[in-house]
Amino acid sequence: MNCSFYRSLRNNISSAWMLSCLLFVMTIPLLIGIGLFLKSSLLLENNSILTLLFSKTWKPLNQNFGFYPFIISSIWVTLTAIVIAAPICLLTAIYLTQYSKKYFLKIMHPVIDILAGIPSVVYGVCGVLIIVPFISEIATIFGKHSSGYTILSGGIVLSIMITPFILNILIEIFKNIPDELQEASLSLGATKWETIKFVLIKKASPGIISSIGLGISRAFGETMAVLMVVGNVAKIPNNVLDPGYPLPALIANNYGEMLSIPMYDSALMFSALILFVVVLFFNIISRLIITKLEIY
Amino acid sequence: MKATETEIKINNLNVFHGNHHTLKNINIEIPKQKITVILGSSGCGKTTLLKCLNRLTDLYSNIKVKGEIIINGEDILHSKEDITDIRRKMGLLSQMPYPLPMNIYNNIAYGLKISGRNKKKYLNKRVEYYLKQINLWEEVKDRLKDPASSLSLGQQQRLCLARGLTVDPDIILADEPTSALDPVSSNAIEELFLNLKQHYTTVLVTHTLRQAKRIADYVVFMYLGEIIEQGPADEFFNNPKMDKTKSYLGGTSN
Amino acid sequence: MMTKKTEEKIFKVLMILSTSIIICCLLLIMGTVLIKGLPTLSIEMLTEVPQGGYYFGKGGGILNAIVGSLYLSLGATFLAFLIALPVSLYMNVYLINKNKLLNLIRYLLDLLWGVPSIVYGAFGFIIMVYFGLRTSLLAGIITVALFIIPIMIRAMDEVFKTVPRGLIEAAFSLGSTKSETAFKVFFKQVVPSVVTAVLLSFGRAIGDAASILFTAGYTDSIPTSLLEPTATLPLAVFFQLSSPIPEVQNRAYASALVLILIILIISVLARIIANKNNIKTVVNKRFIYYKNIRNNYNLSYKKRAKTKNKLKY
Repeated sequence: MNCSFYRSLRNNISSAWMLSCLLFVMTIPLLIGIGLFLKSSLLLENNSILTLLFSKTWKPLNQNFGFYPFIISSIWVTLTAIVIAAPICLLTAIYLTQYSKKYFLKIMHPVIDILAGIPSVVYGVCGVLIIVPFISEIATIFGKHSSGYTILSGGIVLSIMITPFILNILIEIFKNIPDELQEASLSLGATKWETIKFVLIKKASPGIISSIGLGISRAFGETMAVLMVVGNVAKIPNNVLDPGYPLPALIANNYGEMLSIPMYDSALMFSALILFVVVLFFNIISRLIITKLEIY
Repeated sequence: MKATETEIKINNLNVFHGNHHTLKNINIEIPKQKITVILGSSGCGKTTLLKCLNRLTDLYSNIKVKGEIIINGEDILHSKEDITDIRRKMGLLSQMPYPLPMNIYNNIAYGLKISGRNKKKYLNKRVEYYLKQINLWEEVKDRLKDPASSLSLGQQQRLCLARGLTVDPDIILADEPTSALDPVSSNAIEELFLNLKQHYTTVLVTHTLRQAKRIADYVVFMYLGEIIEQGPADEFFNNPKMDKTKSYLGGTSN
Repeated sequence: MMTKKTEEKIFKVLMILSTSIIICCLLLIMGTVLIKGLPTLSIEMLTEVPQGGYYFGKGGGILNAIVGSLYLSLGATFLAFLIALPVSLYMNVYLINKNKLLNLIRYLLDLLWGVPSIVYGAFGFIIMVYFGLRTSLLAGIITVALFIIPIMIRAMDEVFKTVPRGLIEAAFSLGSTKSETAFKVFFKQVVPSVVTAVLLSFGRAIGDAASILFTAGYTDSIPTSLLEPTATLPLAVFFQLSSPIPEVQNRAYASALVLILIILIISVLARIIANKNNIKTVVNKRFIYYKNIRNNYNLSYKKRAKTKNKLKY
């Protein structure tokens, strides 16, 4: 009797503990959103959100907080990364799942996992050592003078960083397409390539779109590696060979000065909020696409 | 029963999955424009046998095929002819309907387009023709642009059958085509097979004895990768020779 | 006919090219870090803290950063584990029949996983200020723990999902309470995979810099309490690289090499444990459960058909 009492007591206590942990974890996104919003409210009270997002002057000491150059830089860097990474990932995923021998895919899995595990500062180091000088050379070929610390460098480094992420999703998606679909197309006399082009890619298209969306959200928030190669000049870039200053870099670069000026602090928190919202948006959309939008 | 021509002749077919000997010394003569039913429990190699017939076994690197499969006097396993042309002679119907990720219209038109017939008018006519052949036209004529997956499973399976017919095959290969369907849809498919048999040679894999009895002209009974017994349907069902066949027939006829 | 073939050939070449680009990237990164880092790497680097003038190229090492990183990651992993384990157990024992709720939770966790670490950093900073803490090991641990909790939960969850439901039901029917089932029956089944998940999260924790930029601070000594600031390897790499002095830059490469070696060792360990116990490492494969409701149907259908057949024969 006694024994069962303790057992049920223990059961109740540990159940409560587990449940409260779960509830806590579930509230984290909410807490982050609220926290960042409260912190940026000082800035939002004094400026309209439109001026913040579209004003081009960034002079924190004069209370001018225009995020436009940073937002544009972020978009440029992210797009460059996706434009490079998406086709490479798609082609590789198709090759690995449709053409290569099985053991090769087995070899590639650790390659992808190691790439995914490399910390972003190391990507940054390699970017500084390899890509920055390379881009500088390229720029001189085009008759431009460039230090190499450019949007393009950031984009290339980012594209390598998000490759394992996108590739893993794509491989999973292509693997999950039932063999019978391929067999059906082949037995209608289609060649392997036609089958891939007309049937498999189409079947995988929601997955492809959302993997790219997730890649975008990953690239948009990536900080250290980009920070190290992108140049960090608060001007609106005209082309990919200009330096840029993406939002995460802005936050990371100014953390030391944050506390001294409350408005500045608030501005940096606001950029974190922008990041948070944009990343969540792309995440939610991408996941909706893959779950709900299975058209065919 | 009148004497029939042979459509497919399988000689000494052996198949290995890695080290596993899945099909052992298969010899079958599949009669032309009849329904040949391959009967047996799961895992006995029925599906593998079917896939050998249009060389879908090529897709899996761990499967090795030895022997001969002769169609129209040519051994397709060692043929120099383009593999896609060989496959085009055979329509495939799988266990579950796998409509292509396209709308209903394009599911039918796909095979035609692949073989280079792209004229709109021609396609429209053919799509209608094939959909009528499988009695689906009336049900879908107003929603040809809907995704094929919006159809019911039974309709999808019929659509897949029609899709297979579009490339003018001589042979229809069907792998337990009714096992995922409700009885009404199953009957519809069975009826279609009976109707189509005058034009096509049908090879049907099934584990349902009753279905085999209903539609088979020729029966091949397999067990663990070997053929136990084969012969014309009435002979097979009424006068089985082997013990294994007898127990199989006895065990399930109740 | 000819064009069909050539198109396929062109694309095949492109595919092989893309695949080799990816492999080359890995080799290039590893090679660069090795070639640049190895010459500077010395016993002194690994066993000493920075001495006066270290940042002008004088003697000392990065022991402060190595130990700091280990403290920080161990602490964060431990803290995250205390929360992640109960959550994933709760999900897979208590909520096992509530698929909609489970999917919602997984969805939220995946969203959390996607939040960039710099945002966690900013959030950690807010918490830190709110509780009146200064940049310290503790603040860093809390921030990184928040960052790896969703990763750890999902990694465990993916494995817990594969524990046969019959086992849980058997435990219930033998009269175990739910929490006993969770800890005794369930947990024992999955210990190796939990270890794998923990190691993988640890790898994430030690490699991330953006989240601790605001919260952990940086110091030249090894922290002796939770309230002191601490150096970390990623930040050591970052700071030393931004120095204009070549010797210091070289040390950044060596530090990067140390960091990458630690991470490689951890991931190899995780892989060995996973392979020994036949666990799929799932950290990067979190898409599986969304996909293919139809496939599942298919699978269960086929299984049913098979068992039915066996009964028949």
